[in-house]
Amino acid sequence: MKLNDLSEKLDLKAQTRIFDREISGVYISDMVSDVIANAKAGNLLVTVQIHNNVIAAANLVDIAGIVVTQGKAPAEDVVKMAEKAEITLFTTEMNRWQMATQLYEAGIR
Amino acid sequence: MTAADEVLLRERFRITGSDFEHGGEVSARIKSILKEIGIPVEAIRRLSIANFEAEMNVVMYADEATLTLEVFSNAVRVEVADRGPGIPDVEKAMEPGFSTATEEMRARGFGAGLGLPNIERNTDEFVIESEVGTGTTLRYRVSWS
Repeated sequence: MKLNDLSEKLDLKAQTRIFDREISGVYISDMVSDVIANAKAGNLLVTVQIHNNVIAAANLVDIAGIVVTQGKAPAEDVVKMAEKAEITLFTTEMNRWQMATQLYEAGIR
Repeated sequence: MTAADEVLLRERFRITGSDFEHGGEVSARIKSILKEIGIPVEAIRRLSIANFEAEMNVVMYADEATLTLEVFSNAVRVEVADRGPGIPDVEKAMEPGFSTATEEMRARGFGAGLGLPNIERNTDEFVIESEVGTGTTLRYRVSWS
């Protein structure tokens, strides 16, 4: 599924442009070392952890997009960094579990 | 000297301690260099994981470090030599789950005690030398056929 289709199906607020990329799966974690070691290229990362080191890690392993949950607002420089790395950054009021179930129901398996 | 031993590229990078704002940028620059050279994707992924962990360790614990990248025809070697507090018990530091991270680092999603184990898991050779009060040097290699 494309990031664009996902944002239409779910109630996500895009903080960056929505880049034309396919999502290959989902990884949910708040530990940076876990994300970089285990998330796969093309994954959508669901996390509450949002700062520039997370964007750097996500970029290094080619994560397609990030959903920041629980209404957390990423700082402006973090949004800029994601934009530059062509990582689509979404925010949502949902928690990680709610997000996970919705992603599953949207057809991301 | 055989062709495999020949250094195709050697480049040095500076990493600054406590500079969380730029933590990960050296790893990102190295990734683009390796991509441009045409190193296999899986080797780049493994190197990127190791480089990021090594870089963040310098940012979190050391004063500064020099990362030396050496590219060969079928391997990449990296040395990260820092000026810093050193590691009193290297064996303990290698244990998954062991961490000396502060609350602040943990709040940023670090300090799970996965850094050095991640480097070991993603490299074909990994050596740590450390002297308390002087610094730590990491050397690792990723090869491909």
